[in-house]
Amino acid sequence: MATVADLRYGQRGIIKSFSESDFPVKLMELGCLPGNSVELLRIAPLNDPIYINLSGSHLAIRRSLAQLIELEIIEETQPK
Amino acid sequence: MSKNINVALIGNPNTGKTSVFNQLTGLKQKVGNYPGITVEKKEGICKLPRGVKAHILDLPGTYSLNTTSLDESLVVELLLNKNDKDYPDVAVVISDVENLKRNLLLFTQIKDLKIPTILVINMADRMDRKGISLDVPAMEKKLDTKIALVSTRKNTGIDRIKELIADYKNVSSKPLLDPARISPAYFERLKKTFPQNDLYKLWLVITQDVNFMPIEKKRIKDATDFSTKSKDELKKLQHKETVLRYQLINNILKDTYKVDFLAAKGLRASLDKILTHKIFGYLIFFAILLLIFQAIFEWSSYPMDFIDENFALAAEWIKATLPPGVFTDLLAEGIVAGIGGIVIFIPQIAFLFLFISLLEESGYMSRVVFLMDRLMRPFGLSGKSVVPLISGNACAIPAIMATRTIENWKERLITILVTPFTTCSARLPVYLILIALVIPEGSILGLSYQALTLMLLYLIGFGMALFSAMVLNKMLKIKSRSVFMVEMPTYRLPLLKNVVYTVIEKTKSFVWGAGKIILAISIILWFLGSNGYSDDFQNAETIVTERIQNEGLSTYSKNYIQNNIASQRENALAKGIAPNSIEDSLRTLREELTERAVAQEIASYKLEHSYIGQAGKAFEPLVKPLGYDWKIGIAVLTSFAAREVFVGTLATIYSVGSDEEETIKKRMAAELDENGKPLFNLASGISLMLFYAFAMQCMSTLAIVKRETNSWKWPMIQLGFMSVFAYLIALLAYQILI
Repeated sequence: MATVADLRYGQRGIIKSFSESDFPVKLMELGCLPGNSVELLRIAPLNDPIYINLSGSHLAIRRSLAQLIELEIIEETQPK
Repeated sequence: MSKNINVALIGNPNTGKTSVFNQLTGLKQKVGNYPGITVEKKEGICKLPRGVKAHILDLPGTYSLNTTSLDESLVVELLLNKNDKDYPDVAVVISDVENLKRNLLLFTQIKDLKIPTILVINMADRMDRKGISLDVPAMEKKLDTKIALVSTRKNTGIDRIKELIADYKNVSSKPLLDPARISPAYFERLKKTFPQNDLYKLWLVITQDVNFMPIEKKRIKDATDFSTKSKDELKKLQHKETVLRYQLINNILKDTYKVDFLAAKGLRASLDKILTHKIFGYLIFFAILLLIFQAIFEWSSYPMDFIDENFALAAEWIKATLPPGVFTDLLAEGIVAGIGGIVIFIPQIAFLFLFISLLEESGYMSRVVFLMDRLMRPFGLSGKSVVPLISGNACAIPAIMATRTIENWKERLITILVTPFTTCSARLPVYLILIALVIPEGSILGLSYQALTLMLLYLIGFGMALFSAMVLNKMLKIKSRSVFMVEMPTYRLPLLKNVVYTVIEKTKSFVWGAGKIILAISIILWFLGSNGYSDDFQNAETIVTERIQNEGLSTYSKNYIQNNIASQRENALAKGIAPNSIEDSLRTLREELTERAVAQEIASYKLEHSYIGQAGKAFEPLVKPLGYDWKIGIAVLTSFAAREVFVGTLATIYSVGSDEEETIKKRMAAELDENGKPLFNLASGISLMLFYAFAMQCMSTLAIVKRETNSWKWPMIQLGFMSVFAYLIALLAYQILI
C-alpha cells in the first residue's frame, strides 16, 4: 500500500491507517486520522523532510515518519 | 493580591498566544523560570472592568494534554494540581481561526478538566481572505462556552476577553466528552477502584509522565485489585480518545464553521516555492546570515565602543573624585569594570534576538528548519539546531538559551554541549591581536594570509562543533520520545510589539543570568590581582623606585619615551615651529611620561607578585610545553572568566598604560623569551589561537549550561573535555611548529 512518503508534488491522498502501537499521538492530534486528506506541498532540497498539508495543518515531517502513514492516492499530479 | 483572578492562557503554538498575552498585560509582565526546571514562566497583571484585576499566566504552547516535552508536562501538571497557587480560576484557550478544528482538540481536553474555559478565536482579520465564516452564537451553545473573536493585529476583541474573564463565574465548567466512551470496561474498573476521583483526571495521571502527584500515581500502582494496562494498550486508547474528540469537534463545526475554498488562496504557496527552493532557498538563507553577521560585528561595534569608552571614563572619574583607597579601587577596577564587561555584550545580544524574533514571527524560521534538517542529521542534530549554532557565532549564552525550542532532549543536550565551540565574538580580540603578531603579511590568490587564518579559525570552530556532535550522538545513551515534526505557519508581518518584548526579555535574562557571574568573577580577579601576601608585593613601590633609581627605567619604557618625544619634535619641525621654543613643553611631556612609566612598572611588579601572579608562576611548568611563559599563563588564567580578558591582562602585565591595541601589540612583539627570540612567534601564536578556539574559557556559558541542563554534571563534563582537548591540541601544534 502507498504511504505518505510515496506522494509526488501536488498529489493528494486519503489516510487509511498507520502502524498503531508506536505511532505518535501528537501527529494524530494534528489531524493525522483515517479519512483525512494529505497533500504533498514541497520536498526539501535533499529529498527529506517533506512538507505536507494534513487536513489543514501545514507540517514538515521526515520520510521515516511519513512511511508509517498508509493512504490511498486520490489525485494525480496536475499537468503543467 | 488575593482577590486577583487566576487566569491561564493555553493554546497551540503559532496561534498568537503571546500576542494576546502582551495585549492583556502590556509591559506589566514578569519572565522567570518554573522552580527547578528551565521552562520559562511568563506572568502578568491585567486590569479588568469593574476594578477587578487578573493574574495572567502564559503557559507554554502545546497541541494537547498528551505531553512529549517538558514544557507540555508543565501545563498538565498545573491543570491537575488544584493546590498550586497558579491553578486557574478560568482557562483561556487561544485558537487560530484557520486551524480551528485542531485547536479545539486542546479546548475539549481543558474543558473536560471541569475548569471554566473561555475560547478565544484569534486572527479574525484573516477570515475574509481565507473565505471563512463562523456562527459564533451557535458555536458558543454547542461548545458550552463563551467565545471572543479577536484580532491581535487589528487590536480588536481584547476588551471582550477582559469582560469574559471578569465574568468567569458565568462560564460553564461542564465537560464535553464522557471519558467512559474511550473504553467502557476499563473506565468502569477505574471508577470502582477510585470512587473519589475524577475519571478524566485519573486518565491523564495514568497516561502522562507527569512528575507531580506522586502519591496518586503510587496509589494506582499499589492498588492490588487493579492492574494497569500495558503501554501499548494505553496508547491505543489514547488514539481512540483522539478519534472520539475529533468526531465531537466535526459534529460541532459542521454547521457553525464554513470555509469557501475557492476564496482561500494564499501567499504561502508562492513564498514557499522561493524560500524553500533548492538553490534560492539556500541563497536567501545565506544572505540573511550575512546580514545578521554584519549587524553583530559591524553595527553593534558603534554602541560597543561607546559603552567601552564611557565605562573607562566612569572608572577614571571615580578614581579621580573619590578619596584613594581600597574601596575606590574596588569600585573602579572591580565593580565598574565588571558591569562594563556585561553591558558591552548587550548590543550584540539585542541585535541577535532582534533578527531571531523577526524570523520567527514572520514564519521564516520553520522554513530554515525544513531546509537544513537533512544536512544536520548526520551529526545527530536536526534542523532545529541550526539557529543555536549560528547564534553561537555571536555569543554562546543566547545561543544556548535558544535551544529551548528543541523538544528532543538528546538533540538539545548535544546542541548545548557543542555550541561553545563556535567562534563567539569574545574570541575575536584575542585572534585579531595574535594574527597581527604572528601571521606574516602577504597574500595568496588575492586573499591575505591574515584574513585566511581568521576564516580558518571560524571554520575550525564550526567544524569542531559538528564533529563533537557526531561523537556525542554515538556516545550518549539517551532515549527521547519526541519525533521531528515542525509546523509551517502562515507567513505574517512581524508585530513590532512582540519583537520588542522578545528583545527586551532575552537581553534582560542575559544580563541577570550571566551578568551576576561575570561581575562576581571580575571582582574576584580584581582582588587576586591587587593583593598579595609576599613582602615583594607589600613593598612594591619602594622596590621598584629603588630599582629605577639604580638601574633606570626598563628598556621598553625608555624607548617608548624617546620615541614619543622624538615624534613630537618632528611634528613641531614639520609645522615650522622653532625647536627651541618647544623645549619647555617637551620637558613637561618627558616628566609626565616618566611618571606614568614608573607607575606602570610598579603596577606590573605588583601584579607579578600578587596572588594571580604567584598562581601564574606556579602554573608556568604546565604551559611551558605550549610555548607560553608565566605572563601568558596569567592571562590564560584570568581569561577563564571571559576570553577577551586575555588582551587586557597582558596589557596590565606588560605595564602598557593604554588599552590601545596598537600599543599592546608593539609591546607584545618586543617580548622576548629566555633565548632572546620573540616570545610570540608562529608556533606559540598558533598554539594560543587553537587553545582559545577549543577551550571553555567562559564562566557565564558554564552558568547558563548549568541553568539549562539543571545540573552541574554537564557543564563540568564540558569544561573538563574542552580544556583538556584544547590543551592537547595547543601542545601538539606548538611541538610540531617549533
